[in-house]
Amino acid sequence: MAVRADSTVTYIRPARGWLAINLRDLWLYRELVYFLTWRDIKVRYKQALLGIGWAILQPLLSMVIFTVIFNRFLGVQPSPGIEPRLYPIFSFAALLPWQFFQGALQRSSISLVVNANLLTKIYFPRLIIPLSSVAAGLVDFLFSFIILIGLMLFYRVEFTLRLLWLPAFLLLALLAALAVGLWLSALNVQYRDVQHMVPFLLTAWMYASPVVYPLEAINVSQFWRLMYALNPMVGVIQGFRWSLFGTNPPDMVMLVSASVVLVLFISGLFYFRRMERTFADMI
Amino acid sequence: MSDIAIRVNQMGKRYRIGQLHGQSYRTLRDSLAGMFSRKEQVNGGHIWALRGVSFEVKQGQVLGVVGRNGAGKSTLLKLLSRVTEPTEGEAEIRGRVGSLLEVGTGFHPELTGRENIYLNGAILGMKRAEIERKFDEIVAFAEIEKFIETPVKRYSSGMYLRLAFAVAAHLEPEILVVDEVLAVGDAEFQRKCLGKMSDVASEGRTVLFVSHNMSAILRLTEETLVIEKGRLALRAPTAQAVDFYLSRGYSQEGQRCWDEDEVPASASPFRPLALRVVNGQGKVVNTVRSIDPLTLEVEYRLGAPIPGLRVGIYLLSTRGEYIFTSFDTDEPQMYERYATRQPGSYISRCTVPANLLNEGRFVVGINASSYRIRRYFQDEQALTFSVDAAGAPGMQWPEQRLGAVRPLLKWEIEAR
Repeated sequence: MAVRADSTVTYIRPARGWLAINLRDLWLYRELVYFLTWRDIKVRYKQALLGIGWAILQPLLSMVIFTVIFNRFLGVQPSPGIEPRLYPIFSFAALLPWQFFQGALQRSSISLVVNANLLTKIYFPRLIIPLSSVAAGLVDFLFSFIILIGLMLFYRVEFTLRLLWLPAFLLLALLAALAVGLWLSALNVQYRDVQHMVPFLLTAWMYASPVVYPLEAINVSQFWRLMYALNPMVGVIQGFRWSLFGTNPPDMVMLVSASVVLVLFISGLFYFRRMERTFADMI
Repeated sequence: MSDIAIRVNQMGKRYRIGQLHGQSYRTLRDSLAGMFSRKEQVNGGHIWALRGVSFEVKQGQVLGVVGRNGAGKSTLLKLLSRVTEPTEGEAEIRGRVGSLLEVGTGFHPELTGRENIYLNGAILGMKRAEIERKFDEIVAFAEIEKFIETPVKRYSSGMYLRLAFAVAAHLEPEILVVDEVLAVGDAEFQRKCLGKMSDVASEGRTVLFVSHNMSAILRLTEETLVIEKGRLALRAPTAQAVDFYLSRGYSQEGQRCWDEDEVPASASPFRPLALRVVNGQGKVVNTVRSIDPLTLEVEYRLGAPIPGLRVGIYLLSTRGEYIFTSFDTDEPQMYERYATRQPGSYISRCTVPANLLNEGRFVVGINASSYRIRRYFQDEQALTFSVDAAGAPGMQWPEQRLGAVRPLLKWEIEAR
């Protein structure tokens, strides 16, 4: 900042209407995204005996519970063509993006309120706050991904070139989390009801997504299948399972989910930008 | 290329009343109810925290801003540092603004000193390379070399503060906005901060300096804005502005009363009502004689029991130097008797003995806090009063005596 050269002129005036996304500012503050993400990760596992081990334990324990309850007791099977003994890794493949999404929503929905002291004292693009709280889940994702590789070796699941598609579906999950996170975090500034609603929302959302059951279990007409795909996590999980096991290749369901993500993301950005000028006064 | 760093034109900020006092967020239920009743947004529900303010600051100028609590100083700084947006008017700012609105913003207690330097630096807008370059300097300035790998939650409050200020002070924006950083910390640290501030000013950067410390304002600035009730009351050379502020800012014939809107919501359940200077005859006065004792009384109300509450006064010179601080529960018996003060109305009264203060003008401030727990209310310039030394011992020599106090001491002369 000692650089006198960037003596830019800033105009401060009341803003009207829907604001365009200020990409230039976001770029100037890119390091802040990194530092806030890093803080979230660092703080989350401080003073925890197992530390980052929790990132591995959480999906593994969920997998065990799902396998016992849904597979053994209730008889839920993986997609046709996949050996029933593979149910654990079949559910783990869905848990991977689901837990990322769930954690991202839990953190991002309260992110603005938790960082109220920053919002009321210092200027920076407010988008950075939900952005970094979503990004903080990527490290957990990475650890559970290593476990997935281990499970694939253990269950002798074949590694194919389809796996190269995985980053694309991770990106879709990231966008979906960010889209919903933008909406919820901005709404929570005004309506604290949001933070009470999120835990319930997430439980319902998980059962509305093919996490414990295969996509085929939704045995309805094509129209209702596409309605079901309005849930963006349906497409994300479909993509993850396809790149691992080759079930349900991307189709109309994926297209619907991806479009919903895009619509939610863009509308979320605009809603957030519109609301952000009142954050400091409302929070 | 213009040499104006800040140009503010008819700027104003309006708040909904609820936004200033506590209950700022709405619940979904309120909004749904509002949809049907429609009466919600009547005109009376708004308050202008700042209105019609225009001024310019030249590049390299150090401009002071003074005003009572709640006058709109902080709103002005928040607008200029883009934390909040104006309701009307506009401002033009050349160069990057760095603000020291509150030191330590964004510090995380679980992180170490080192980690917090990086985090806080990034929050304040520094680049990582810049923080790395200044890292040693920051640590040295804060004097925390030994504790750099310790979580800051284990720091003493002094260390915490030094570190926070050190990071902020090494920020190098073209325009620096400073709000009351000097109100905290020990004398030694305050001197260091003031030194750093003058360095910044001498480097040719523009500084907007808000403070209640008149001696700091006098020392650091040449021109000063006086803000009163959301309006720019005066812009003048600092000495003149300080005089103006001191003379009309808050002295009301020996008594200062607080209106509802002058007390921040954060003070609750403590509600200050009045501060008075009372002379030996029991009259509220603006001028007392140094040969009479005088009484200072603080009237207040408690909305809820407050454990460990202490209500106290500061006595300051008009240059902002502290003369003494005293609390109503200083004495052990009082401290035990008022371990928890119950809700109700109170007056805390203290007597300043005769023959203590020198002639001149004094400033009284009040503080209501629970030690190490919370500061409910503080106003360091609640009112002023004058002391007249007529008839005081030593007045056989009608000269100006140096010093804020003029105590009558026991002298002995021994002939040997």
